[in-house]
Amino acid sequence: MHVVVCIKQVPDSAQIRVHPVTNTIMRQGVPTIINPYDLFALEEALRLKDQFGAKVTVLTMGPKMADQALRKALTFGADEAILLTDRAFAGSDTLATSYALSSAVAKIGQTDPIDIVFCGKQTIDGDTAQVGPGIATRLNLQQLTYVSKIVSIDKDARQIVVHRRAEGGVQVLKTAMPCLITMLEDTNHIRFGTMADAFRAARYTLTEWSATEAGVPDVTHCGLRGSPTVVKKVFAPTAKTVKATPIAGDTPESLSQTLIDTLFSAHPGLQEDLESRVASNSQGA
Amino acid sequence: MTERFDAIVVGAGPAGSAAAYVMAKAGLSVLMLERGEYPGAKNVQGAILYSDALERIIPEFRDEAPLERHIVEQRVWMLTDKSHIGFDYRSDEFNDAKPDRYSIIRAQFDRWFCTKVKQAGALVICDTVVRTLLKDEKGQVIGVKTDREGGDIFANVVILADGVNSTLARDAGFRKELDGDNTALVAKEMHFLRPEVIQNRFNIGEKEGVAFELVGTLTRGKIGMGFIYTNLESVSIGIGCMVGDFEKGGLTPYGLLDELKAHPSVKPLLAGSEMKEYSAHLIPEGGYKAIPKVYGNGWMVVGDSAGLVNSIHREGSNMAMTSGQLAAETVIALKKEGKSFTEQNLARYRSALDDSYIIKDLKKYQGMPGFLHGNRHVFTVYPELMSQAASTMLRVDGIDKKSKEKQVTKSFRQKRGLFGLVGDAIKFARAFR
Repeated sequence: MHVVVCIKQVPDSAQIRVHPVTNTIMRQGVPTIINPYDLFALEEALRLKDQFGAKVTVLTMGPKMADQALRKALTFGADEAILLTDRAFAGSDTLATSYALSSAVAKIGQTDPIDIVFCGKQTIDGDTAQVGPGIATRLNLQQLTYVSKIVSIDKDARQIVVHRRAEGGVQVLKTAMPCLITMLEDTNHIRFGTMADAFRAARYTLTEWSATEAGVPDVTHCGLRGSPTVVKKVFAPTAKTVKATPIAGDTPESLSQTLIDTLFSAHPGLQEDLESRVASNSQGA
Repeated sequence: MTERFDAIVVGAGPAGSAAAYVMAKAGLSVLMLERGEYPGAKNVQGAILYSDALERIIPEFRDEAPLERHIVEQRVWMLTDKSHIGFDYRSDEFNDAKPDRYSIIRAQFDRWFCTKVKQAGALVICDTVVRTLLKDEKGQVIGVKTDREGGDIFANVVILADGVNSTLARDAGFRKELDGDNTALVAKEMHFLRPEVIQNRFNIGEKEGVAFELVGTLTRGKIGMGFIYTNLESVSIGIGCMVGDFEKGGLTPYGLLDELKAHPSVKPLLAGSEMKEYSAHLIPEGGYKAIPKVYGNGWMVVGDSAGLVNSIHREGSNMAMTSGQLAAETVIALKKEGKSFTEQNLARYRSALDDSYIIKDLKKYQGMPGFLHGNRHVFTVYPELMSQAASTMLRVDGIDKKSKEKQVTKSFRQKRGLFGLVGDAIKFARAFR
């Protein structure tokens, strides 16, 4: 079994600062991390390695410094790492990114056929959740988004059963492999790699692919040229100030009562709604 | 598979990186382990980099290292609650092609230093904590055990560069628990300001910087010191006291820092800034007498872990790098001579330290920590007296200068008494000898 995990190196949003003068995001000096959502995808892939002996290849597109993210993925236990890096990719939106990545995935599959492609649900810097589905569509893979659990895999029948989060419930889906899975957050926890993995990662020579090496058929579909997205304006929303109303009371009980009364009077219908819910819950119990 | 190296270095700060770099450059197989996510992620310093120590290891560092500003002016301020009296030294000679000190940001600097270590051929593994040292039945250190599964790694010698709170050295019985009276706790903030504002406010050019050292009544008679350093786009400000004094209560690190920032002489320097980062760190300030044993069978200790800090001259990272270099050179020489890494052979490292500026300087000031502990009034009385004297002499109020001089002398004698004054001077001079 061969699985490919697409990851992205993103600025650590916890440490991003807005420039106090220009109001732009200061990326310089901000530490980078693997997109946190991608770690759920990577861990799920590593579990398939534990269970089925799957080979795990991580793939990323980005500048040379993205090798840090790949090396980190190797430390967690991934087997191979490929960095897609080329000036032609600079400025890619999600359409161009999925184009480049799908070419690379196809190329990886030529030497070692792929059973599952994993992606995170979305990235924390773009938040579009479009790249995973884009790759699936371009490569004609079965598309399983927002997967919360891999229930079973039948290697011989090449079938997979997963739980997928949907509005109002969980879908149980069975489909054929190869497929693309975007993994939902909080579904697992990334492992702490072994010492052997850490050594392998430190010594590993990364494979770097240019657009040509990745077998990208048409470079004009990459980078800024291949990106129809237009950023019209970037701005920080102005803060709205709402005056706080102090609540008076001597005891916790009287304070809570005043708070509840204030809320109920400000939101008519809230009281009945809550009470009916409590009633139906107690009936259910 | 068993991993085996000539040397393992624990900790990727200036001491560890210096040691690993020098050994790797000489062709030894070296592994450096760091607990942080990346080198520098957990490291805190003011920070001033003294060029000399690094230049002896990486002569071309100025072309590559992330340096903020070279320091052209040093200000020493004695603060009372409302005033400061100070001493400045500024010279265009500090604009020399090879400036002797720079402000740096350690998170960036340590990262750079580590890439040099890797380029020199050492293996660096981060996010990995060394739990214990592995010893053979004779007590010879033969490697380390990390917190990762399958974490035993072997080496002929282990260099401990795991910082001031070296739990490894303590747990291995190489040294005692940190002593609160020998350890300072410093709180620091970085305040963002536009480069033009910094340059105007501190009267400096584009790449020039200023370093302040501050003492005074702020620390309420406790041994303590503050600092202000200018970076390219920020100002670092910090203040600390001995841990033992914090333990006694009444002072908090953040409280001291808040007071310093609110001081009438300091506040305008930070006006309009935005705080970007805050941190705190321990500094081993016990000096010569507090240096633990720095070598043994299969191990050496370098940098802060060995307490190599000159608290009077605010030197530490330079001593860290030099001690790392000296430890590395000891390893290289012993390997070349085909000798083993026994305690007896590693004693060369201690002799090298003794012959260097590190031990010579620490020895010179060995009386200083004791003097300060016994004479805490120097942090309150003298700044007050100096400030009063300046105020008296500078005020134009119809009183003749001779009477003013008498008044100043009287105030000194009243506060400390003649014997007190002479005694302070003698004790101070002795501590410096």
